[in-house]
Parts: sequence; structure tokens; C-alpha cells
Amino acid sequence: MKNYLPFEKPVSELEKKIEELEQESVSKQIDLSSSLEGLKQELSEEIKLIYSHLTSWETVLIARHPERPKLIDYIRYLIPDYVYFCGDRHYMDDNAIFSAIGTFQGKPIMVIGHNKGKDTKENILNNFGMANPEGYRKAIRLMRLAEKFNCPVVLMVDTQGAYPGIAAEEHGQSEAIAYNLREMFRIQVPILVIVTGEGGSGGALGIGIGDKILMLEYAIYSVISPESCSNILYRDTSRASQFAEKLHITSKDLMQFGLIDGILPEPLGGAHRDHKTMLETVKKEIQYFLDEQTPLNKKTRLDRRMEKFLKMASYETSLNLYQSSS
Amino acid sequence: MISFSKGNTPKIVKPQEKNIENPDWIKCPSCRSIQYAKQLEENLSVCPKCNFYFKLSASKRIEILLDENTFEETDTDLSSFDILKFSDTKPYTQRLEEGIQKTNHLEAIITGLGNIENTRVAIGVMDFDFVGGSMGIVVGEKIVRLADKARLNHTPLILVSSSGGARMQEGIFSLMQMARTSAAIGKFQEQGGLYISILTNPTTGGVSASFAFLGDIIIAEPSSVIGFAGARIIEQTTKQKLPAGFQTAEFLLDHGQLDKIVERKNMRKLLTRLLQFYSKGKTKA
Ligand SMILES: [Zn+2]
Repeated sequence: MKNYLPFEKPVSELEKKIEELEQESVSKQIDLSSSLEGLKQELSEEIKLIYSHLTSWETVLIARHPERPKLIDYIRYLIPDYVYFCGDRHYMDDNAIFSAIGTFQGKPIMVIGHNKGKDTKENILNNFGMANPEGYRKAIRLMRLAEKFNCPVVLMVDTQGAYPGIAAEEHGQSEAIAYNLREMFRIQVPILVIVTGEGGSGGALGIGIGDKILMLEYAIYSVISPESCSNILYRDTSRASQFAEKLHITSKDLMQFGLIDGILPEPLGGAHRDHKTMLETVKKEIQYFLDEQTPLNKKTRLDRRMEKFLKMASYETSLNLYQSSS
Repeated sequence: MISFSKGNTPKIVKPQEKNIENPDWIKCPSCRSIQYAKQLEENLSVCPKCNFYFKLSASKRIEILLDENTFEETDTDLSSFDILKFSDTKPYTQRLEEGIQKTNHLEAIITGLGNIENTRVAIGVMDFDFVGGSMGIVVGEKIVRLADKARLNHTPLILVSSSGGARMQEGIFSLMQMARTSAAIGKFQEQGGLYISILTNPTTGGVSASFAFLGDIIIAEPSSVIGFAGARIIEQTTKQKLPAGFQTAEFLLDHGQLDKIVERKNMRKLLTRLLQFYSKGKTKA
């Protein structure tokens, strides 16, 4: 049973019709190819239409779509010979963050990301990709391991946020994130950040510093989830869709603000409708990034990374943006 | 970015708690005793009866910590703008206006250079009365510039936090200040700079998860609420009862996350000693 988002209703109806027609053609042994062709054409037009004017809230729903490619899909596709690593060496292994090294186009890369599950069972095991401090500590440990292998790091961001739990606070969630924010500026190997789904606040940024920041077309990146924003200001989540708009959280918004370096286009109807195409796009982009980074020496890379973040969202940059928009 | 539930509320005295008919008297929200305003101020805004910490304005904090007339404020001209044209229960511009009215400052942090017992320091102090001490573009910028100043002048850096976290009303621009402040502090520390972080009530969310927890030394005022996520959110998410004293300075000290809890009246003395150790260690014999 496919998951359809509320605004995908016409799509679900058309797909149902197509399916019925296909079954009919098989069971009754009749050629319905021309009507099928027409319906498929109609379907593709319908999807194009819907996806050409999505609201921010609809984008949020796509970013969270349960059938969207997850970290493990990317890892299996990008580095099929991968070896994964566990633990923060202090307290525990946090499944919410998963990390593996493997061969990418002949050379090793390290992929680290939020590990949203593919079903409820996995999601419970992985805490829905909401990391505890141990997850952030594991992540930075493995970025250092990547330095030893002299291999680039790909950070894949997909989390609602860092886990708001009792143990998380006891073990220093704040410190763990803050520490990563500082230390990622010192990791000597190239770092590519890709926001694949939800870029939820400090929990996203905690593995979100790098030389290049990309977002998938329907990914989101926000200081706070629209629900929490509504909840804090109005004590209920009823205004979430309104705040999705107001907070400016889509890839287009961030690109306009100069806070990301690029948008990776998603297949027609979103990544959840066509994993293969999405995975291939990401793969090409990683290759492109590695080619860009090869000629840079370590110092230049680190200086540029620092410069990039100090400049983005700075007072001057933002003021210019503000003045040119009003 | 954080909201405080009733049970876990850092007790913040709102202006209306001042007795309107007689502004000379202030009621302590903790023990309900009536305090003479002047006396309370002389006691550094700590209730003499129950030791409750009233929040302190940034200017008052600077007055308490620094040698008299040594503070040179920097970046006084930076003021916030409504980059997202944001409006919730009230327009963001109105929140900014109210913050200015309440604090007499343009933003939620004052930064500058000053002396503590003749040792030059770069210091930034947050003011909770300005939009909940939240960090937006200007707060982030002032911290970045201050860390740079400390680095170039070879002075220790002191930041006194009092903040609900990142400023929602500036959206993703606020989030990026977590990265920017952490980057600037890292740059400063990498060159041997000493950064002392002082956490006051409350220090939470995007501020605690960035510059506030990067201190080489982290000191808190007694019973301050300090944490990443809001208590109400944690309760709702985990459906568990929060342990006693959860997210207080004492709780954090117990869990190894702070160096010390120091009373307001002793803070300057402690800083003086630390700064002296630091400068003695640095001078060649
Ligand atoms: Zn009292």
C-alpha cells in the first residue's frame, strides 16, 4: 500500500485507475495500451502540475515522506562494500546516527548521517533519527577517523532535531552539539553536507558544517519545526502550515538567502517516487564535489570553510539581502 | 526557541510585579517577601531572605563585574532588522521595539572591552529582557566580532549568557549564528585564547548548544535553568516525569557539565583569580 500525501489525491486516483486497467488488460487478455498511455500521460501532467506549485507545508510533508530514500539507501548505493562503525567510546552507540566507510569511484569516502528508519520497527530502534549526545560524539569521532584514512566525508542530514530526552540532557546534548560545531571547522578532509530530508535545527547543524552545503529540492532546513514554532507561540500546533511559510525553510528560500550552495533536483513527483534517479543524482554530485576539492590544500580548504560560515548570515550579508528585498 | 512550563519556569520578575503604587517595593516571586528595591539592588538583586536570583540587566552585570569606568562598548550601532518580515502574536518589529524600550539597548547583548582588577578582557553580556535574550543575526555578529577582538588584542574572552536560544523570528539566519559563533570562538581558542563562559538563568536551546558550552571554563549562577530542549517538550516527548532539579545548574554540576557554581557576589573575585593565574602563567619568568 502506497503512502499518498493529502495533496497527492488526484495522483492516487489516477494510479488506481491505471492499475485497474492494467489488471483488466491481463485478466481479460485485451489490449488497452492506448487508453493506458493516455492515462499515464495524464498522470505525469497531474504530478507536474501539483509539484510546480507546492506550498511550504506540502514541502514539509514531502521532506518527511516515509518512502523517501533514507541514509541506508544512499550508503548501499554509493559505497556497496561499506564497513560501519559503532559507539562514541564513552557511553553508548546511538543508532540515530549511522556511519560507514566504503569505496566510491575507487577511493574511500566516509558517509555519516541521521539514520531514519524505513519502518516503525527500525524507527523505534533508531529513535526516528533524533540523536542523543552520543550520536554527535560518534559522528565527530568518525570524522577524525576519516582524516586518518585521508578520505572525504559526506554528511547526510535528515532529522526532526536532536532528541529532547532526559538522558540527553544529563549527558550534555548542548555540549555535544556545540563541540561538533566548533570541531567540524578543523576536520582536515573535504566535507560535503547534503540535507536529504528534514534539516531540524541544532540537531541538523550538529553534523552540518562543511565545505559545500546542498539540499535536495524538497528538503527543508529550519531553526525550529513549524509545529514547535506554533506550539511555543500559540500553545497548539494548528498554525504549523502558516509558520512553514513564514519561517522560509525550503531549498529555494535557503538558496535565495545564500545559505546553501546548490539544490539537487528531485525526480518528478519527489524522491519517494523514484529512488534510483535520486540516488544517481546524489552520486554524481559527490563525484563533482570530490573533483572540486582535489586541487585544494588543507589550509586553503579550512580557511575557506571558516570564511564561508563567517560570511553567510553575517550582519552585512544579511543587511544587504534585507535592503535588496524591501 | 524554548518555552518554560509552569513547574520548571525560571522565576522571572516581570515589570508588573513591581508594586505599581509603590515602585520602591518589590515582591520576591520565590518567598513572597517584600523587598525594598534599593536594598535589593545593593544585594545584587538576590533576595536577602531566600537567596532567589532576580535577573540582572546587562548594564548592571557589567557594573558588577568590571572595574569602574573601564568599559568601552563596541559595535553599539548594530541593530536588528526584520529579515523575514515575520509576525506571530505580534509583529517582530514590535518585539524589537519593546526590547529596546525595556533594556535601553539595541540588542540582546552588549559587548566591549574592560578591566577586571586591571586585567583587560573582552566581554559580552546578554540581556534576557530583550526578546528573551534570543540570538539572531546581530547577537551572533557581535559575538563573532568580540571573539575576533579578543584574538587580535590577546585578551581573555568572557561571555555571560542569558537566553532562551535561537531567535525564531529570524528563522534559519538565527540557526546559522550557532555555527558562526562556534567558528569564531574556535579560531580564538586555537591561538591559545582563554574563554570563560558564565551561564545565568536561563541558558538554553541554540545558545547553550553553541558558544555557551564552548567555554574553557564554564561557570553558572546558582539554580539557573540550563539545558538544550525545553522541559515541556521533553515531558511531552518522553512521557516521563522529570527528575527533581532537572536542568538546574546544580543538576548540571552533578552531571559533570560545569566547572563551578558561583554566587553572584563572588563572581568578580573568582574571575580575578582565574585571570591572574592565566596572566602569570603566560608571562615569561
Ligand atoms: Zn525571596
